[in-house]
This record gives sequence, structure tokens and C-alpha cells, in this order.
Amino acid sequence: MAVFAAIVFVAIPLLRLAVPPDHPLHVSDYYLLLLGKFMCYAMVALAMDLIWGYAGILSLGHGLFFALGGYSMGMYLMREIGTEGQYGSHLPDYMVFLDWKEFPWYWAGSEYFALAVLKVLLVPGLLAFVFGWFAFRSRIKGVYFSIITQALTFAFMLLFFRNDTGFGGNNGFTDFKRILGFSLAEPGTKAALMATTGLFLLLALLACRYIVSSKFGRVLAAIRDAESRTMFCGYNTRHYKLFVWVFSAVLCGIAGALYVPQVGIINPGEMSPANSIEIAIWTAVGGRGTLIGAAAGAGIVNGAKSWFTMAFPEFWLYFLGALFIVVTLYLPRGLAGLFARRRDAA
Amino acid sequence: MTRNGCWKTILALLCFLGVMPAAHALDPAAVRQLAAEDGDAKLAAINRLVTEGDVAAIPLFQAMQDDALQIFIGRVVIVAEDGTKDAVTGEVLDAPPDQLESIIVNNRIRGALDSAIASLRLAAPDPRERLAAATAVAADAGEEMLPLIERALAKETDPGVKALLVQAGAAIALKSPEAARRLQAVQLLAQSENPQTKLMLAALLEKNAEGGFAEPDAGVREAAQKAISEIDSRALVPQVLGTLFYGLSLGSVLLLAALGLAITFGLMGIINMAHGEMLMIGAYTTYMVQWLFRNYFPSAFDAYVIVAVPAAFLVAALVGIAIERSVIRHLYGRPLETLLTTWGISLILIQLVRTIFGAQNVEVENPAWMSGGFSLGGDVVLPYNRVMIVFFAAFVVFLVWLFLSRTRLGLYVRAVTQNRQMADCMGIPTPRVDWMTFGLGSGIAGLGGVALSQIGNVGPDLGQSYIVDSFMVVVLGGVGQLAGTVIAAIGLGEVNKFLEPFTGAVLGKIFVLAFIILFIQKRPQGLFAMKGRTADS
Repeated sequence: MAVFAAIVFVAIPLLRLAVPPDHPLHVSDYYLLLLGKFMCYAMVALAMDLIWGYAGILSLGHGLFFALGGYSMGMYLMREIGTEGQYGSHLPDYMVFLDWKEFPWYWAGSEYFALAVLKVLLVPGLLAFVFGWFAFRSRIKGVYFSIITQALTFAFMLLFFRNDTGFGGNNGFTDFKRILGFSLAEPGTKAALMATTGLFLLLALLACRYIVSSKFGRVLAAIRDAESRTMFCGYNTRHYKLFVWVFSAVLCGIAGALYVPQVGIINPGEMSPANSIEIAIWTAVGGRGTLIGAAAGAGIVNGAKSWFTMAFPEFWLYFLGALFIVVTLYLPRGLAGLFARRRDAA
Repeated sequence: MTRNGCWKTILALLCFLGVMPAAHALDPAAVRQLAAEDGDAKLAAINRLVTEGDVAAIPLFQAMQDDALQIFIGRVVIVAEDGTKDAVTGEVLDAPPDQLESIIVNNRIRGALDSAIASLRLAAPDPRERLAAATAVAADAGEEMLPLIERALAKETDPGVKALLVQAGAAIALKSPEAARRLQAVQLLAQSENPQTKLMLAALLEKNAEGGFAEPDAGVREAAQKAISEIDSRALVPQVLGTLFYGLSLGSVLLLAALGLAITFGLMGIINMAHGEMLMIGAYTTYMVQWLFRNYFPSAFDAYVIVAVPAAFLVAALVGIAIERSVIRHLYGRPLETLLTTWGISLILIQLVRTIFGAQNVEVENPAWMSGGFSLGGDVVLPYNRVMIVFFAAFVVFLVWLFLSRTRLGLYVRAVTQNRQMADCMGIPTPRVDWMTFGLGSGIAGLGGVALSQIGNVGPDLGQSYIVDSFMVVVLGGVGQLAGTVIAAIGLGEVNKFLEPFTGAVLGKIFVLAFIILFIQKRPQGLFAMKGRTADS
């Protein structure tokens, strides 16, 4: 972990900023962005692992929480553009295009960074709380839960695709200029964002590890393995599930909020059911119930994706599809399980 | 109407009455005048020929439009591919191209020719041609057409053409400066069945730039308001019937998409995320069969759909069986893993189709007997392909019911569904039942694909757009219940279509999804829960 911290906080930013561009050790913006993106994905995978690996709840809607966090941050970034848009208005370009004269009510306060941060935490958190409150109360579980989370993200995707919803429709938010006054085009800002993502990833990992190794985590595992029995032992399983569900959603929201300023775009495509299912495969590839494995899985799958889509774009879906099949059939514990087995044998 | 205009009309009418000419008796002087240098003289000639009302002038005008009306040594001739003819007598002339002189036809004259052709066609002997002409006139007619319309109206016997002509006349009268005539026109328009009428009347009630109404007279405005509500109330019944039908049609599509899933998910408990791709395979099989027919049996092309039905069933069933044997059978009892694996399969299938057929949509054409539709009155039309799909869905449901309740394999399926171990002990070959049932479910999805190919685009992503909907139908209907699936599908279709006018298609769909999510909270087992002690598995 110390190695990771040293790389992300010191080495990479230094290699980007202090080493001249023609030096072989120089890290280009592209790789900086890739690293930042992967760390966001890793956080999402951690969130997924927490509920799927430890509590046995497979969510097919985690992309929604990720996107909501992203949109919350995106609203602030849109306000930061100011009047530098195409039309020179204080409104975002797409609102000018829709002939809107002022911000709709739910944009109130979006120009304050502190409020944006609050929204990043609250919007996914509240939605997850309300949804989880009802779903767990009705004891919806297993496949049913997965299917309705998928319906949820699908419904939100349709909602955000509408131009009248006020979030830019198809195109979403893009063309961001600065964050907290720092230009997003500056290498320094980029490196700082990447390092912040790394910091949050570390914190998330520590928090998740704390949760799963505490008594709370043991109860979660008990719920995963035998929910009825846990209930009859006197635990209110609903509260446990609700807490970990909301925590996981908030984690996704944070990841989304860190993702948007680095990538520079957020659109409803992030909410498509396919994206959410992909999150599950990152976790499965890395190894369910291992935390660090899940985070690594996100990096490995997305690394493969970046490489494939550049080298053999038409083979990426074959590879991803095969990955789904092979991992579930032959590697139920993921890559982490593979390492663990080798260690057991030695 | 001005005094002058009045005289013109009377003169024109006198002309008609006096000169009801026989065929090929166009006024030679007027025809010659068409070739005049001066544009106004040309227009006058066109008007004269129109007022004569002879259908024989239509080819002449048409030729003028196409620049085929030319001058040959002082005679006006029509130049066609099969030779040059005299425009009046029809006599064939031997005219070398270098001696032909073209007539200049500018845009003003072209416009006049258009309306001249339309008004002459109103007098054509073929009622279909008259209907087409009347439709064109009703859509856009100027003041100068009024006498023609009135004359045509006097002779018209076909009710459809007559109604259109009345409407066209009223539309022109609507622009009249006299309020009384406008009022009369509005009252006439209230009887019209044409959807455009409402727009025309609504335009009267709009405010113009100066803040006044487009229609200055309050009495006329009131009449227009009344006429609009009259038209609306008349259109209500066909509209409700139409919405009911479209809901039923959407429900049938959902049913065909979800029925296979109701078997694989509902009965066997397999979460098949590749189910949508079975629909896609069915649709592509239809495309292939269509291609075969087009290239090898073009004379029997209309029958291709009938061949596509069993073909799509077979292909999709075989793919389904292959998936079950190779992958799914290792995962029974692990639903979440099945979900991920079948998702992987669906990605591979999509990419496979993309590699073979390309990423673009392919074109599947309706056979002749499935294109077109019949009108419910007003502007509500039921397309035949959608009507057929409703019947097809009913037919497929009947077959599935027959299979489940009347065949031995159906009995086995139900037995395995209820209690796998007990069924095994009774000697039922459960693995065989598994793959056959999965094949059946996939095959039915293939049938759904045939239906989808007839109403929408066929592309590699076809299945993806139906997967969420299909699961919603099955979950709403209740797992393991055929009747529940049917009711859920039709119900969702109807609710969607009735919400659409109020909320728009997208928001309507969001409401429906939200409703389902809430509904499942209330009744996790769906509309029709299976009774018994299978609650906690």
C-alpha cells in the first residue's frame, strides 16, 4: 500500500510535471488520464464487491449511482464555465439551445463547490436509501433485486436522455473549463486530480476493509450465506443490508464525481444497463469478497479494454463475452482466488 | 367579392355551359398562345384552357411542365421519345431536333400549370384520379380555383371526392373578406373528416403579431371553436379504439418477446440475459429467408414469412440448446452466475452478427398482404402487419398452452419445475427436459423475432432494447404463470399507449417502469403468485 501511495502521489505526478516530454520516463496526459479513470473504476468495483462479495446482493444498477455522482459534479463544472460557452450566455449551451431563460429550480446553488460535494454524497445516497428501504422491507432479494435495479437504472437513463429533464439530454455535460478556478487543461490540475482519486481510492479501500473485518462485516457474510438463519439469531438483517447498500452507492457517487473532471464528459450512456453489468464482471474477474482483488479486476479488465479497442476493436466484445463465461465457469473466486490457491499449494 | 371578380366567374361559368367540348377539341388559338413570348399571355392561355375544362389539356400542360412542349415551324408540338406530335390534332410530324424551338417556362407559369393540371384532373372520368386531384386541391388551393371546384362539385357523384371538394371550397371561402361567407365555410368544415381541417380552423383562433386574432369576426371565431370541438368529439371513438388497438399491438410484441423468457426464467429459473439475442437471431433468420426467396423464388416472395416462422423457431432453438448444453447446465442453482455468463454470451452473439451481417440495420420487407392497413375513421389507421402480429401472438400463446398442458413433455416440464429431485426420482430424465425446455423457450423468442422484423428495424442491437421490457413483463406477471405473462404484457402495452398522449412516449415508459418497481415492492411474487410452500428457496 505504501508502494501504491508512493507511485500515485509522488512518482507519477513528478514524472508528468518535472520530466521533459521527450524523456523515456515521461508520463503523457493519456496515461495520466487512464490511470485516473482506472482508479475511479476500482472504487466502483470496491463498492460492488462490498455488496456483492460480502452481502450477496448483486446490483445491476451501480452505474446509476456512479453517473448521479458524476452529474452532481458536472453541474458544478458547467457553472464554472461561466460565460465562456459557445453562445456567451451564463446558461450552458444546451439550455440556450432549448431557449431557456434561466436555470431550473434544481440547479439552485450548483455554483458552490461545497454544495456540489454535498450533492455527490447525498443524491446517490438518498436514492439508494429510499430504494433500499422499500426493497429490503419487501424482502426482495437475489435475481429479483438485480432485475429491478436494472430497471431503475434503465428508467433513469431514459429520463436523462430527455432534453427537457435539464441535464443536456443525449450529450450530457461536456466542454468543462476549470475546477475551483484551476484550468482543467493544465497538467498540474490533471496530476492533482489523479492524485486525489488515488487518495480517495486508498481511503475507500481502508474503509471497506474496516467494515468487512469488523463484527458488522461478519454479520454481512452471515446474511450472504444464510439470511433466514441470521434473522432468527436476532439480527435485523434489513438494517445491515441497508447500511452497506447506501455506503456502496455513496462510494460509487464519489467515484463518479472524481471521474467527470478528469474525463471531461458525463452523459446518460453511463446509466445504460450494459455498463452496470460490466461493473459486476470487473469484480468477478478480480475475485469476489477480496476487496483488493476487485479493485485490481477493474484495472485489468479496463486495461484490456483500452488495449483491445485500440489494437482489435472488433474483438473486444468477443473477449469481454468470453471473460464473463470463463470467469464464472472456471474461476469462481477470480484472479485473487488463483493466487490464493497457489499460496495454499506452496 | 368584387364586381369585376363576379363578372369573371359568371363569364367562366357561361364558358363551361356553352362549350362542353368533345375530346381533342382544344381551342387551337389558346394552344398557340401557350407558345407566346410574353408570360402574361401564356398565363391567359392556360386559364382559357382550364376554363374550357377539357381533360385533353392535361397531357399538354404536363408536357409544358417537362419542357416537352416546343415550337416547330410555327406549330405547337409535343416532343416525346416516340416522335413529335401536333399539340392540337395529335398528328405525327417528322421534325428534326435542330428545327425545334423550346418554350420558356418560368416558375410563375409552372405554378399555374400545377394548379391547372389539378383542377382539370378533378373532371377526370376515373374516380380514383378525381380523389387524388381533390386531395391535392384540398391541401392547397387559391381563390382562382373556386369556380372549378364548384363546377366539379355539381357533377361529382363519389362521396369521398365530394367531401374533399366541399372542404376545398370551404377552405378557399375561409379567406373571403365577407364574414358571412367565412361563417358558412366554418360550418361546412365542421363536417369534414380530414385531419387537416382542424389545423385550418385552429389557425383562425390564433393571435397574429399585432395581438388581434387571425379571424377578426367574433361570431366566426365562436363557430370555429364549436366546429373544432365537434370534430374532436366525432374523432373520439375511433381514437380510443385506435389507442386500444395500438396498446394491444404493443402488448402482443411484448408478449412475444417475453413468452420465451417466461418459460426459461419463469419455469426453469434461468436468468437468460441472452434472451434478447434469441429475438435478434429470429429476426435475422427472417432476413435470410427473405433473401433466399428474393433471389431464388421471387414469384413466391409473399410467402416468405410463412417459411420464416418455422425456420426462425428452429435456428433460435438450436442456438438455445447449444448454449444450454455448453454453459448453462453447469450453473443450475447459481442464478447470479447464470446471469453474468449469459450476458457474456449475448455480447458474443451481438458481435458475431455484426461480423457476419455488418453493424448496419438490414432491411426486412413486409410481404404485400401485410402492408397497408384499414381506416377506423378519422386519421386512425390500423396497419395490417400489426393486426397480424396480434393474431400471431394469440396463436403462439395457444401453442405454448397446448404444449404445457396437453403433451407428455409439457407434463415433465411442470414436474421438474415443481420439484426437480422428486421428478428425477420418478424417472423423468431431467437433463433432457432441461435442454428441450430451454430450446423451446429460445425457439419461441425466435418466433418473436419474426414478428419484430415485420414492424421495426433489424440490427445487431435489436435484442438489447427488449431485454429489460421482457424481464419486467415476466416479473410483473408472476414467475411460472403463463396467464400472468399474457395479462402483464397486454396490460403494460395498453397502459403505455394510453399514457403516451399525456406524457409523451419516453416519460410514459419511465412511469411504467417506476410503477413496476413500486408494484414489485408490494407484491414480490408478481400479479399471480404461485401458491404453496415455495416462498423461500
